[in-house]
Amino acid sequence: MSTATAHPAAEDRYAQATQLQLTWWRFRRHRLALVSMGVIILFYMVAIFADFLAASDPHATDARRSFIPPQGIHFFDEQGFNPHVYGLRGVRDPRTFQLSYTPDPARKLPVRLFIRGYTYNLFGIIETDVHLFGVVGGRPGESIFLLGTDQLGRDLYSRMMVATRVSLFIGLAGVTLSLFLGVLLGGISGLYGGWVDMLIQRLIELLRSVPTIPLWMGLAAALPRTWSVLEVYFAITIIISLIGWTDLARVVRGRFLALREEDFVVAAELSGASQGRIIFRHMLPSFASHIIAATSLALPAMIISETSLSFLGLGLRPPAVSWGILLQDAQNIQVLAGAPWLLSAAVPVILIILAFNFFGDGLRDAADPYG
Amino acid sequence: MVERVALAVRDLAVQFASEQGVVRALDGVSFDLQAGRTLGVVGESGCGKSVTARSILRLVDRPGRITAGRMLLDPGTAGEVDLATLDPESKTMRGVRGGRIGLIFQEPMTALSVHYTVGNQIIEAVRQHSDISAAEARNRAIELLGEVGIPRPETRLSAYPFELSGGLRQRVGIAMALAGDPQIVIADEPTTALDVTTQAQILALLQRLQREKNIALMLITHDMGVIAEMADNVAVMYLGRVVEYAPVEEVFAKPRHPYTRALLRAVPSILATPRQRLSTIGGAVPHPGSRPSGCAFHPRCVEQLGAICAEQSPRPIAPGQAGAACFKAEQAEGAAA
Amino acid sequence: MRRLGLALVTCVFISVLSFVIIRLPPGDFVDAYIANLAASGSTVSVEQGEAMRREYGLDRPLVVQYARWMGRVLQGDFGVSMAWRRPVTEVIGDRLWLTMIVSVSALFLTWMIALPIGIYSAMRQYSFWDYLFTTLGFIGLAIPNFLLALILMYLGFRYLGLNVGGLFSAEYIQAPWSWARVWDLTKHLPLPAAVLALAGTAQLIRIMRANLLDELRKPYVVTARAKGLTERHAVLKYPVRAALNPFASSIAYLFPYLVSGSIVVSLVLGLPTVGPLLLQALVAQDMFLAGAIVLLLGFMTVIGTLISDLLLMWIDPRIRLGGR
Repeated sequence: MSTATAHPAAEDRYAQATQLQLTWWRFRRHRLALVSMGVIILFYMVAIFADFLAASDPHATDARRSFIPPQGIHFFDEQGFNPHVYGLRGVRDPRTFQLSYTPDPARKLPVRLFIRGYTYNLFGIIETDVHLFGVVGGRPGESIFLLGTDQLGRDLYSRMMVATRVSLFIGLAGVTLSLFLGVLLGGISGLYGGWVDMLIQRLIELLRSVPTIPLWMGLAAALPRTWSVLEVYFAITIIISLIGWTDLARVVRGRFLALREEDFVVAAELSGASQGRIIFRHMLPSFASHIIAATSLALPAMIISETSLSFLGLGLRPPAVSWGILLQDAQNIQVLAGAPWLLSAAVPVILIILAFNFFGDGLRDAADPYG
Repeated sequence: MVERVALAVRDLAVQFASEQGVVRALDGVSFDLQAGRTLGVVGESGCGKSVTARSILRLVDRPGRITAGRMLLDPGTAGEVDLATLDPESKTMRGVRGGRIGLIFQEPMTALSVHYTVGNQIIEAVRQHSDISAAEARNRAIELLGEVGIPRPETRLSAYPFELSGGLRQRVGIAMALAGDPQIVIADEPTTALDVTTQAQILALLQRLQREKNIALMLITHDMGVIAEMADNVAVMYLGRVVEYAPVEEVFAKPRHPYTRALLRAVPSILATPRQRLSTIGGAVPHPGSRPSGCAFHPRCVEQLGAICAEQSPRPIAPGQAGAACFKAEQAEGAAA
Repeated sequence: MRRLGLALVTCVFISVLSFVIIRLPPGDFVDAYIANLAASGSTVSVEQGEAMRREYGLDRPLVVQYARWMGRVLQGDFGVSMAWRRPVTEVIGDRLWLTMIVSVSALFLTWMIALPIGIYSAMRQYSFWDYLFTTLGFIGLAIPNFLLALILMYLGFRYLGLNVGGLFSAEYIQAPWSWARVWDLTKHLPLPAAVLALAGTAQLIRIMRANLLDELRKPYVVTARAKGLTERHAVLKYPVRAALNPFASSIAYLFPYLVSGSIVVSLVLGLPTVGPLLLQALVAQDMFLAGAIVLLLGFMTVIGTLISDLLLMWIDPRIRLGGR
């Protein structure tokens, strides 16, 4: 046995690796998927630290500072490195006599890191008012408007941070529910077969052949106006999870069906293992990676659903902030023409969907390179 | 009397570029295919038999390519063509495919398309190589189906492949290979997927067709029994090289290469003592990407001569002559000379 | 014929769901009607309210209400729209057909684009064009259709100074049907159809490419080429045919998605289709209108899907002959 392959130790490692490890190794080779994973983690960091990253109160309105264009940070001035933005100056419109604010180059507001701003709850429990950056010493109503302000004078950048949190977590919650539904129904379908399978299959086909958006619009519109923001949040999550569970159920069912016939399952049955043990110990690990892949591919659909519904005004309601709600303001083309920064919420939406798609694709390829 | 050579392959080398690097699937393959005779090509899976067949027809796709060698069709005549130099998509090459060299497949189930009738697929082959009308092509197709022994061929034309049995499907495959009236037919394990009785019928059919049309048959198989029955000459392949080449009687009576001897020993014999241990060849065929140093077979060779086999590659067989690429065989020859 | 039965069941399902939607908001139709009238200044007495209730059968159990509603629907009477004070059928008018036209156009567009590109990508794997299409495809999948519509509208307005929305030029909006109007419609169709079709096309390209790549590795392709056929002929005739199956069946399920998508896109682009109407109806709690729209949308979609299914059956001889 003189020749053989180069690294016997590596071969052993390969032979003994678990399914998850193998999947991870294969996944690592897809650079795009890795980058996407980084992007996703970044987004969720933003979601968790949304308030910390925000510069001014996302809910504070001030009609006088509406539609301020994005302010660039000026990093240098005569004194050297001194990041600052311009303060606001009151200007009276000659025709309407309305007072509005515009940036005033004469006043410089220094921009510094770790300043104190509005109070919020970090992680929901620690009350603090430290923010990553912001202006120092401005008058009330002045701040740094990285992405400009909307019609009501709210800082778009800060709202985007908070919207990220809401949209991402609703997506997550929705997909979890979908996953639960999908695994439950798909699992029952695939495992027991027979008329239960037929019934569930018919149901899935039914749902797939119906245009879903009108139905969910109807459901969402039916939510009473009197419900609190939280209740609406909850209900919307349930609604969007009803959109995506069918795909997951099909994947799960397909895997169960395929696995049922596999020799190793039959072997387990023959050696007397209980049903539960077979499912959890033997079958689950081999399709865990498929499920993860399908789930991450389903997340974008959740996000799009919530964004669309909120965009239409049927989803979350103010004062909740989500990407869809932010984009609502961009509906009017005349307004948009004058304030194109209102569209900036489109960027994170597209980015996160791309990221989840690449990530999910990479996972799927890693989980089953032949599938 | 030596028949004229229909196809002469010389030093054919094919490699595949893969993630693990360059894999040499064929590493200098040479043999002669004589008109009207059967060349049996035998070897374990992975030795390059199918790649050879595909290469002859220039059907090896990216990431594989021919890196060296010649494949001379009708060598020594005015119409000599080196297939290795032709553009695979050219009219000439496509004329060769099916028109001068036909191909019969291993798996009749998957070799025929399920979306089109048998007639459609055969007529397409016929019309590709001759300029005849649709009606004439149809008649020719019926004729072909009759020649391969399919009863009531007119009715079969409108059948779909999945409506036929395995044996019938393979006959259709043979008919399709003959549609262009080729002088050379390559049969890639034509009977492996069939049961034993059907196997015998198909082999008999191939023999008959060869006699009637004076076809040069290249029969690829891993079954020594088929070789014994059908072949006139034998080429034994291992890891992309021809390790022994000789007329069939010599291969069975006086095998020159240790691999051939091992293969013959491994054939279970009905005459053997019951409950006798089956003879196997130790180890497994190495992946072509991790070729052993020196003689490719030496790690598994029970007769290897130590250092020389581990370090040096044996001399390739002189084309057209019987011989083996083996140091031990060279020694034996030297001693006999 | 099992498919017909399934389609029928689906229609019943849809009707039930639509009815549920109609009855979902708190209070009933009459309450909302009264509130609506009150907002515009007139009042309705309690007795009048009760009479209306009896007339609409709102004092009967839900199941009966459903039966009566469905009964009227099957006769073509969809009830009255509150906000418009006109029969629902009048209000919907052309919009339903236009919705279908836009959706079907998107479907055609998807077929026409995804098929050739998918085939090309598979045949010339890893080529420049393949990478380009794959990238474009990913981007197409990532942008939700209404966002794309929004962006396109903005770009069109900002840089070209025109309103790229709508399905008709100004003079044809209210005009009666004529060939000229049809032509005008055709000129305006590409943009909405393209926006709708983008995501589906991207997905189908990937499906076609993946399936074709699988098929290309199979022996019968080699057989075909061993006959001397050109690569293009062999590929188009054999593996493409095989890969067509999953492709066609994916398209069948694309249709509901397209109809769905057209709702939101038509809102952004201001198309005179069912979408904006539905939204208005839902917000105003104009329930008969909303329910009717959902019902009709559902029906048309089921019919469309049924047609695609039948087409699929025709394509695959195996299903027809019951072989394999």
